[in-house]
Amino acid sequence: MIAFKIQKKLQSAAGEMLLNLDFEIKENEFVTLYGASGSGKTTTLRLLSGLTEANEGFIKVKDAIWLDTKNKIQLPPQKRKIAYVFQDYALFPNMSVRENLSYALEKGQDKSIIEELLSLMELEQLQDQKPAQLSGGQKQRVALARALVQKPKILLLDEPLSAVDNEMRVKLQDYIIRVHRKYKLTTILVSHDIAEIYKMSDKVIVLENGKISKQGTPDAVFSSRLMSGKFQFVGEILKIEKENFIYIVVVLIGNNVVKIIAMEEEIKDLNIGNKVLIASKAFNPIITKID
Amino acid sequence: MIDFEPIYLTLKLAFCTTIILLVLSLPLAYWLAYSKWKAKIFIEAVVSLPLVLPPSVLGFYLLLAFSPENAFGKFLDQYFDIRLVFTFPGLVIASVLYSLPFMVQPIQNGFKLLSKSLIEASILLGKSKTETLIKVLIPNIRKAILTGIVLTFAHTIGEFGVVLMVGGSIPGETKVVSIAIYDEVQAMNYHNANIYAGILFAFAFIVLLCVYSINHRFSKTTPLQ
Repeated sequence: MIAFKIQKKLQSAAGEMLLNLDFEIKENEFVTLYGASGSGKTTTLRLLSGLTEANEGFIKVKDAIWLDTKNKIQLPPQKRKIAYVFQDYALFPNMSVRENLSYALEKGQDKSIIEELLSLMELEQLQDQKPAQLSGGQKQRVALARALVQKPKILLLDEPLSAVDNEMRVKLQDYIIRVHRKYKLTTILVSHDIAEIYKMSDKVIVLENGKISKQGTPDAVFSSRLMSGKFQFVGEILKIEKENFIYIVVVLIGNNVVKIIAMEEEIKDLNIGNKVLIASKAFNPIITKID
Repeated sequence: MIDFEPIYLTLKLAFCTTIILLVLSLPLAYWLAYSKWKAKIFIEAVVSLPLVLPPSVLGFYLLLAFSPENAFGKFLDQYFDIRLVFTFPGLVIASVLYSLPFMVQPIQNGFKLLSKSLIEASILLGKSKTETLIKVLIPNIRKAILTGIVLTFAHTIGEFGVVLMVGGSIPGETKVVSIAIYDEVQAMNYHNANIYAGILFAFAFIVLLCVYSINHRFSKTTPLQ
């Protein structure tokens, strides 16, 4: 449904970077863009929506050509009919929840969609509040509802869940899946969270320095990393203590101080302050719910 | 008894200047805030010139420009039968130029403080830039606009140098309160000068009191801005 082939020069903290992407997305697919910050995920959404101009490229959605730099075709963002949820929500502070949604109506559009979305997103109680009075999760729902008023076919979500706590995050994921199915959307999500990606997406596109390094189902992309039955952590040696025949190496991993037993030959090369890799086979890890 | 004509004239001048500047400054400040054109710094510098120039310098150049002896003044005189030197319309134009930064700068800052994604969100909802400006941007910089209006109004009331150069002191036409005070002092009428000065003093104080109380209230009700 979406064919996307773009080149765009970007100024990043590490100097100039060329965003060079070529991918296709099927109708009704839920795709996640995954990658380190600065790898070009947000820019990809902006290029697709027309907020950022490409140096060179081609975008085709269904049978309509949105961008073709060779033939100087460029559809303005107003005409692309895309639902876009911004990282900072971009709710209009002067309008109430209902007014934010009504503003999005097209000329002559049936107003019943407003009631439908208010009820679907469970916003009826909040409809007369101004954005400043809402919590992060509530703003998120309003932003999602507003983006869907014009019944677009494509939904773009720019890390919408990064600013809310875990419980709210799970709830919002359900809202997003719900609208994705109900309105038969083609959705592209930017996310860092592998659990979230497993839960929501049909396909993952991994970006690295402006290029696609991997794409496929979440299983195919992440399994080599996650399913090896091995934990790996990087840490720093704080102390090495001798105790009878063995040595105890005290390592700082993140904020945790961990004691690791080592034999004499293992500690030969180790000194205090060394960076070390701690790896363990995890055939039988203990899983405990913490929230 | 003092003459109330200068007070009426001062208010009329401040009112006209503020209205004209508001209409001019909204698009100008919008352009200055969002244009990517590199040479816009020249326009920004020109807009801010009245902040640093002595009013007499600005007044002097305007006097030269408006004079029927010179090209621009002659052109207006011959083709439109307009005279700007020592007339009320000339005074309004001079005030508009002189108070320009007091209206443009607060509004421009207001635009700059708004998140860019507000504009982008509106555009992605299919709205034109004009509709976005009127329905989204302007309502969210009310405080900045109000500050601009009050500052411009108050600044125009307090102006002296430019008015003196361009308008002189023609009763009923260009003799505003600040000029009237000067005239009264020259004529040793300290009593009248005192009344005019007292009126301006009280007015300036009340205006500033209003600005601060409004700012205070706005910052309480809209924590986002």
